[in-house]
Formats: sequence, C-alpha cells, structure tokens
Amino acid sequence: MSSAVHLEPARLSRRRLLQGGLALGALAGLSGCGSAFASGVAGTPLGSQTLTYWNLFGGGDGARMQTMQQVYAAAHGGPDSLQAATFTWGNPYYTKVALATLGGQPSDVAVAHLTRQKNLARAGLITEITPDMLALVGLKAADFSAAAWNNAKVDDRTYCVPIDTHPFVLYYNRAVCEKAGLLESDGSLKPIRGTKGWEDALRAAKEVTGAYGAAIATVGDQATCWRWYQTLYSQRDGATGWLSDGGARITPNRELSLDTLAWMQSLTASGLMPTTTDYEGSQTLMFTGQAGFYLQGEWEITTAEDIEGLDFGMQPVPQFYDRQVQQADSHTFVLPSKPRTDDQVRRAMEFIKVMVDEGLTWAKGGHVPTYRPILESAAYRELKPQSNYAGAAERVVYDDEAWYSGSGSNFENTLGAQIGLVLQGLATPEQAMGTATDQLTTYANTKSPL
Amino acid sequence: VSTRTSSATEPRIADPAESAATRAPIGQSRTTRAAWLFIAPFALFYLLFMIWPVIYMLITSFFDTTLIRPGFGNFIGFDNYAEMLTKAEFWEAMWHTVLFTLYTVPPLVVLAFVLAVLANRVRRGQWLFRLAFFVPFILPSAAIALIWYFIFTPTTGLWNSFQSLLGAADPSPVLGTPDLAMIGIAVTTIWWTIGFNFVLYLAGLQDIPRELYEAAAVDGASPWQQIRFITVPLLNRVTTLVILLQIIASLKIFDQVYLLTAGGPGTSTRVLLMLVTDTAFTDFRVGAGSAASVLLFVLILLVTLVRQLVSRRQSRRES
Repeated sequence: MSSAVHLEPARLSRRRLLQGGLALGALAGLSGCGSAFASGVAGTPLGSQTLTYWNLFGGGDGARMQTMQQVYAAAHGGPDSLQAATFTWGNPYYTKVALATLGGQPSDVAVAHLTRQKNLARAGLITEITPDMLALVGLKAADFSAAAWNNAKVDDRTYCVPIDTHPFVLYYNRAVCEKAGLLESDGSLKPIRGTKGWEDALRAAKEVTGAYGAAIATVGDQATCWRWYQTLYSQRDGATGWLSDGGARITPNRELSLDTLAWMQSLTASGLMPTTTDYEGSQTLMFTGQAGFYLQGEWEITTAEDIEGLDFGMQPVPQFYDRQVQQADSHTFVLPSKPRTDDQVRRAMEFIKVMVDEGLTWAKGGHVPTYRPILESAAYRELKPQSNYAGAAERVVYDDEAWYSGSGSNFENTLGAQIGLVLQGLATPEQAMGTATDQLTTYANTKSPL
Repeated sequence: VSTRTSSATEPRIADPAESAATRAPIGQSRTTRAAWLFIAPFALFYLLFMIWPVIYMLITSFFDTTLIRPGFGNFIGFDNYAEMLTKAEFWEAMWHTVLFTLYTVPPLVVLAFVLAVLANRVRRGQWLFRLAFFVPFILPSAAIALIWYFIFTPTTGLWNSFQSLLGAADPSPVLGTPDLAMIGIAVTTIWWTIGFNFVLYLAGLQDIPRELYEAAAVDGASPWQQIRFITVPLLNRVTTLVILLQIIASLKIFDQVYLLTAGGPGTSTRVLLMLVTDTAFTDFRVGAGSAASVLLFVLILLVTLVRQLVSRRQSRRES
C-alpha cells in the first residue's frame, strides 16, 4: 500500500495517508507478533515454547536465581525458552500476581512465600498441584521436607512446591566470641541455654565489644521485630497462636506474651542489645565487632560473606525457653490460575524440577533446601555454615493462617510495629499488647475478602 | 460549520421572529447532532473510564465487594465507612495527606507567583525562563523520582554530600528519617509541578494592561507598590484558581510517595491514596477501599465548595 501512495503523489489525500498509515501499522503489528511487546498489545501468547516466570528475588538471591534460570534455558532451547521478571518484594509483588491472574495474563510459574500462597490458593488465584502433575517430572510429596510440605497444604491440598525454608537464625562474630570465651575449640559456639544463659553470653560479649552483646533491628523494620518475638514466644509451653479460625479471632496467651515482651525489653533496656537500630545498622554492629551476635533470617549470609575480614558463624537460635523452635517461612513455586494445555503444565513442572534440582546453588544464599535429595547430599552437608542450621528447618513456626497474615503482611506490620516500640522502650508490653490487639481486631472483625 | 453560519445569519436578516420560532431549531438540532457525533468518541471513553468508575466506587463502598469474586457481594450499609472512620491507619494516612498539602500549597503558589513576576520583567530571553521552569512538569513521575532518589541517597547523595561539605558530621538521610521524609517528597513535588502554576500566573500577568503600571509610575508608585496594589489584586482570580487546583492536586498525592518511600519509613509518609490502593488491590477489599476513596472525594468536594463561595464573594465585590 505504500507503493500506491508513491505512485500518485498529487492525489495524496489525508484519508489516503491515514489508510496507508493504518495498513503499515497493521503490518508492523503482524510481523512483530513474536516480540513480547506485540504479544502484550495483542494479547497473544508468547512463542509457544516460552515459559514466563515471575519472582521477587533481589540481591544475592536474585543473582543465584539468574544462574538457575540459565540452567533451565540451556536445557530448553536457549534464552528464548524463558522469560523471567523480578518485581519489588512484598505486597507490591503479590498485588501484581493477583491482578495479573484476575486479568487473565499471569505468568506460567510464579514464586510465593509459603504463608502467602495459602491466601492465593483460597482466592482461587493458583492451581492445585496434584500428585499426577508432580509425577510428570518424577517428583513426589515424600521428596520434600515434611515440615514445609505439610505446612504448605491448604485444606489438605497442595498448591505449591517449596524450594527452601528460611528460618530465623543466630549469627556470631568469631573474633568477639573467642575473646569472650564463648567458643568451643573447633570454632563453634558453646551451647547457650535459657534466658539466663543468653544474658550471660551477651554480658561476656558486651565486655569485649564495649558496645552491645547482640544486635537486632528495632526501628523501621516490623518484620524482624515480629520474627524475634515469634521465635521466643513460640518456644514457650502453652503459647497459643495469635490468630485462629482463619484470622477471625485474636488468641495469644496474654500472660506468656507479656512476659516474653518484658524480657525482650529488659535486654534492650539493660544495654545488652541496642534500643534503636535499623536493619542495616544491626548488621553493621555485628560486622564491625560492636556486637558479638546478630539475629536475622539466614539470607543475610551473602551480605556477611561480602564483608572483608569478617569471621562469622551461624547456628539455630538458642533454646531460650521450653523448646527449641524458630520463626520461618519458605519460598515456593506456584502456578497462577489460567487455562493450560497438557504441554504447558508439563513445561511449568519441568521448570520447577530444574529449580529444585539446582537447590545447592540456592542453598549458598543461606536457604535450607526442602528437596531431600539436595538436603541429604554430601555436597550440602559440606556447605558451611549453611548446613549447621539445616536442622532448624524441621522445628519451625509459620505465621498463623489468616487473610491478612504471612510474610510482609498487615498482621506482621501491625504487631511488629508494636514490638518495635517495646524494644525501643517507647511502649510497655501492656500498651503494645493492647494496641496490637485493638488494631488486629479490626481485621479479625472484617469478613475475609477471599 | 457552514450549516450553522447560513442558518443562523440568513433568517435574522429576513425575519428575526420567525427564525427564533421555526427555522433555527432545525439548524440547531442538526448542529447539535453533529456536535454530539464529534464529542461521541471522547464521551464514550469518558463515560466508560471516568464516570462509570466513580459510580462503581460509590456503589461498592456500600458492599463488601472483593476483587477476586465477580459481582458486588453483600450490601453492608455504612460498615465500610464506619471501619475507615474508626481506624487509626485511616486518620494517620489522612493526616499525612493534609500535611503534604500544607507543605506544598503555600510554596507552590507563592513561589510560582514570584517566579512569574520576575520572568515577566525579563525583556530578552524570557523563553529560557519559561522553558526552564516548565520543563520538569512534563517529565513523568518515575523520572522525577529517580532524579530525587539520587539527590536524597543517604550519605553519598547530592544533598547529604552537600551537608557534609558544610560540616555536618552525620547528615540524616532525608527519605529514611520519619520527620524529614515528607519534606523531601514535598520539595520534589514543588520542583516538579511549579511550572504549571508559573504558566498560569505568567498568562495572568500578561493580561494586565501596561498603562496601569505607567500611570502608577507617573503617580510615583514604587515597584513594590505597583506589585502590591496592581499586580496582586488583578491576579486575584488567577490566585484562587491556582490555590484550588493546587489543593486538589496535593490531596491526590500518590506517585511520588509510592516511588520514593513506598509510604515509609514505617508508615510515616503513607498517604490516603496509598491506603486506598493497599486496601482495594493488595487486600482485595474493593468495597472498603472505595469507602476511603469516597471520603477523600468528599474532602476535595468541600474544598471546591469553599472556593466557590470565595469566588462568588469576589465577583460580588467586583460588581
């Protein structure tokens, strides 16, 4: 049609020009069908062999995930076989997954936290993963750690394949602990037991550092405050879940909770732990030897390894109270709801298989593999300090189920903010419990939107 | 266009009375139809994407509508409103929104006025100033956020480096300090949007007849007196318009907060529209989100009403 325009330049009317332009546009659109942009505009699927995958991994995790993706791509016909996208962690990510699924344009595979996929499943936004689907790629339920696999179930059905468990752990600065006499001859930490044992260890470390015994974020980081509290509280006999009946009731054991908060506050009030420090600040304290210990999820191993000259160890958090457990969550793979052909189901499962097979790469980022062939492999056992706390993954507490709970959720933010105030000495345990309960009651009284 | 001129002018010459009674309506209905046809494409989109969502919002605010189920859900009367009005989060977000408005409206009106008066006095190269002040306004919010994120980067950013240069030992990160974050966002916004008010003022200034200034100069009025007694009063109407538009724009703050701090640190910059999106899209509670949205709508409506009253009094005084 462009040649017609050129043949009769004298009669080139506006209408002619528009027609020509439209035709050109249509042609460009058709020829560009293979491109991601064109398929987005036209709503056509990407190349039939391309798998789309969304995740929320940045930093060290992000880099390792890329390596794992390359393994898949190499085995499935090059870079065009996979289109991966990384989004902002937390609520923005889950909002995007939910809206895309509702809009009929989700990715083929997506990452979700174990605690968050339950709500996605209840909302009908992800597809059940049946034993038959697992069998397509030679997987079965028994291949995975029981703790993660069973906790992930929603009404006895499985909607995700967990790749890891990421428990809250204890980091320690060897140089400080050595001087404080807290190390065994092999460089591991002498056992610390009970609240008294912890206080003694912190006092010894504080004498060495001159600043603090242990560091944990107290400001601008609700999630860490929650992880610390949940770890301690869950270690007590008689601790009831904060939420029950799917979030309709707020049911913490008030006395145990107040007592736990009071102890947490006494640690910061006495100067054994800092009252005001944020996420990065708490790391820096341990990295620079101003604190002997540091409490956080195991994923900060990458950051710690990057610190030049830092000799550190990691182990499960001590048993402070009646039993040894820790707060945790897991990363899982889910299949957003959409019509799929058998081929597409198989391809999605193949991708997941590659990911769990590459569990050792993933484990280097600190996460404890859930895929038992990796977890029980000699290679993983030799991975230090990662394998030191692998056992912790079997003794974990996940967030109670509710439409407003899970990693980075309203529940964690609400309660974590109050715990932060307690640690900073700005609220008494009673005030914090009162405020948190009041605020959570609003959510509890709201009918679940799922 | 030709239809209207012929039918409107001819009859008036022949018989004005007849034209009004019989012939004009024919022409008018034809032009009206044509007008509607021209408007239709836009009107359709406007109805579909502006009017209907507003109606939908009003309806859903009375239901427990959720994003993930089709339909409106159950009718729950004013429960969504009651929830919002008794929720600390809502009032906190409302306060942050109002605070942002308080931070941005005065500078955006006063500074825009000052810059316009100064630019208007420039004889040569005025285009440069007009361009310089207006260009940021045409940039998308994401670009603005990137620029200012860079400026406000803790320790190594432009602003913190400048503070260190002046001798500050440990300058606080603007976007990471609860008390400073909103000010940082306000500064970003002022730099970004001042061009719009500036252009409105400049247009207003150029409408003021030069003779007034000449006469005042002849009478011995100082430049300051000229501004005080000629420019300011004659720009009154522009000022009320600018203030109204600015208040509305500031109450609708979302992009800059979302991109620069995501409501943080903590929730210290979480504004109302963020609460709305969190409730409606993250928590799937479209009904509750709509109620919060309607409450913001009511606030903006009140501001507009006040403006209406003020301008009515203004015009009464002028006449």
